[in-house]
Amino acid sequence: MTIPNTDTPPDQAAQRGALLLELQGISKIYPGVVANDGVDLQIRPGEIHAVLGENGAGKSTLMKIIYGVTRQSEGRMLWQGDEIAIDNPAAARSLGIGMVFQHFSLFETLTVVENVALAMPGKPDLAALSQRIEEVSERYGLPVSPRRHVHALSVGERQRVEIIRCLLQEPKLLIMDEPTSVLTPQAVRKLFETLRQLASEGCAILYISHKLDEIRELCHTATVLRGGKVTGHCIPSKETPESMARLMIGKDLPICEHGTVARGGELRLRLAGLSHASPDPFGTDLKDLHLDVHAGEIVGIAGVSGNGQQELLLAISGEEPLAEKYPVQICGTEAGRMSAGQRRRLGMTFVPEDRLGRGAVPSLSLADNAILTAARTRGLVNRGFVNFGLASRFARKCIEQFNVKCNGEGAAAKSLSGGNLQKFIMGREILQNPKLLVCAQPTWGVDVGAAAFIRQSLIDLREKGCAILIISEELDELFEVCDRIAVIAKGRLSPVCPVADTTVERIGVWMSGMWADAEGEAEGTTTQETAHA
Amino acid sequence: MDGNLITAILFATVVAGTPLIIVALGLLVNERAGVLNLGSEGMMAMGAVVAFAVTHHTGNPWLGALAGMAAGMSASLIFGVLTLTLQANQVASGLALAIFGVGLSAFIGKPYESVALQSVPAVRIPFIADIPIIGEALYNQQAMVYLSWALFWTVLWFLYRSRAGLVLRAVGESPASAHAIGHPVVLIRYLAVLFGGAMAGLGGAFLSVFYTPMWVEGMVAGRGWIALALVVFATWRPLRVMIGAYLFGGVMITQLFIQGSGLQIDFPAQFLSSLPYWATIIVLVVISRNANTIRLNSPASLGKPYRPEA
Repeated sequence: MTIPNTDTPPDQAAQRGALLLELQGISKIYPGVVANDGVDLQIRPGEIHAVLGENGAGKSTLMKIIYGVTRQSEGRMLWQGDEIAIDNPAAARSLGIGMVFQHFSLFETLTVVENVALAMPGKPDLAALSQRIEEVSERYGLPVSPRRHVHALSVGERQRVEIIRCLLQEPKLLIMDEPTSVLTPQAVRKLFETLRQLASEGCAILYISHKLDEIRELCHTATVLRGGKVTGHCIPSKETPESMARLMIGKDLPICEHGTVARGGELRLRLAGLSHASPDPFGTDLKDLHLDVHAGEIVGIAGVSGNGQQELLLAISGEEPLAEKYPVQICGTEAGRMSAGQRRRLGMTFVPEDRLGRGAVPSLSLADNAILTAARTRGLVNRGFVNFGLASRFARKCIEQFNVKCNGEGAAAKSLSGGNLQKFIMGREILQNPKLLVCAQPTWGVDVGAAAFIRQSLIDLREKGCAILIISEELDELFEVCDRIAVIAKGRLSPVCPVADTTVERIGVWMSGMWADAEGEAEGTTTQETAHA
Repeated sequence: MDGNLITAILFATVVAGTPLIIVALGLLVNERAGVLNLGSEGMMAMGAVVAFAVTHHTGNPWLGALAGMAAGMSASLIFGVLTLTLQANQVASGLALAIFGVGLSAFIGKPYESVALQSVPAVRIPFIADIPIIGEALYNQQAMVYLSWALFWTVLWFLYRSRAGLVLRAVGESPASAHAIGHPVVLIRYLAVLFGGAMAGLGGAFLSVFYTPMWVEGMVAGRGWIALALVVFATWRPLRVMIGAYLFGGVMITQLFIQGSGLQIDFPAQFLSSLPYWATIIVLVVISRNANTIRLNSPASLGKPYRPEA
């Protein structure tokens, strides 16, 4: 039937059964980009196979081809030995391929059972379907209540709904696209149990990730992609993170250098009982947040997305001014009712999560984008007229100092890759010599090399005496760069504790909203005491 | 106010609200699939003139109504090809269709301007039409009025009780997700657009064949736009569309009665004429201002083109 791949690791040869899915020389060419270049991949029933690679390595494109969302430009797909063409997701599903998307494909305004019904053939009886959902959720330890609206669910619960929706169709192959990026460490554990149970029942799982530890723990085999090409096959449990990283990025993992321990400097940002109802009806209300950030320290806020991070960012940046002055104090000024521009004038700069749209105007050049936030601090505008020479020079400085790969300062922001644009925005904000930098998801969707560079820049900025607040969903990142860490859960903020005195596990427990003194001691004193402990 | 006057106002209100209900329910289904067709005025005009011509030549108003639906559907098919297949901008294409339909209907309708049709007799429903005051007003009506009620229940059932309606709402909420779980987004949107066109044509036919059995250029008189606004202000919910349509009809008729009654009032006539518009908007905005229910009912992808990846 199929030609044995010479790259196949020897261990796999022992358990060689019938191949479930085989890809031969799959290529996908978009105008100007080769997303996949001659990719080979094999997977057998009951196997958990990792597809490992950085952002932009072509993992998601490959999965979209398998799931029929898009079609390959070249190459063959064999399903149980027969060549097939998967023209659309419906065809993939009828073969028995299910996919759990990174950005979920759920309908927020519908209930859980309606969402599941949409994926089932024929006219389902909603009551009977609810029961089946409960059965499956029982069997695989995925608690979810069928009658609830999806918009009211946490991100972890939504993922469960997606998985249940796939499981109800009894898939032979389940594709999981970066499933753990939205989960607490405990929830990841739970998910792995579910996946192992599924695999033991004979379901093959394609597990896409760039997290080496997870892959080593969970997956039987792995295919590593770099720049759209397969750079290796391996047995993850027999590799070290370093050896897999070399396959993935082509060089050793860069390591950040942390400077001296922070000293309690001048108070730069204080949240004094910040409460705010979310403008979005499906958002999270902020409830009585207290936090101090001092000069020369990095404070991190961890949390699963959708727990109030968006609302907190809007309240700090000034995009959503508050009714009162006192809850947000920037560099000693009560700034609660100030606009974003007024707050920047106090010495704050801000890197939003959404870089294309909030952080930069996609169609404007980098120089124009630099003017947008640095006009006053860098004197780029004089009596209402833009000094284009200065603006270009400033943009060039950002590009040079932050290694932005682009077509000069005249390039449109949208022409840059996510990582490069993030480096540019970080450069633009850091080079304004802020007293306070507020930064959301600094390395989200950025490749490993650029992420390390951005983290190092943040640490260097701290050394210069800037106060930095980072809101991130990446726990590892927070533990790497922060001096102190807190957790936001359901719109409340946990006590702040020094990173050295806590563990990933403890923060993980806090991320589900369980810190011992969550209700009683949310006073400002708590945070200050822990700060100087 | 005596009972006869109330009956007369109520009767006229129901008649005035009917074309709005038919058209707005069609647009509601259309928009729930995520497609915004601003061409309803043009589709109504096309439906009106074609229905009038067919009724004039065949003598059968029901054939006319069918022809009106077909005319509205063909007009919406143009829109569908432009926006769904060729991915043109929905707003611009809809506006073009509105202008095109009104113009073409005037051209087609030229020979029929001096023609009058036999008026279609009302259908009296036995027994319940004998209820004092409301009986005569509600149950001794044009068959089309009863049809609009049936349409209301059908749309309600379709949207919230049938699987097809669930799929339609899903497509309007997130076409990419609907595609990812295997639903034919473009086909579903085509069907929704065609239904919207058919109902707009039927609403036009009601105007020219049943309501005022004659054809005058520009006789749709902005009802297509009002229906569009009704759907938005009713936050895409059928019952509110119905309330809004009758409210609009009721205020319109009442102010006409007041103007025609020769009562000495201090309001300028222009003010009275504008009353139906802002009264309807204010009432619908007030009853639909809960942000949560708006978010739950408004189709999130409205007006955004969607093309499955190649």
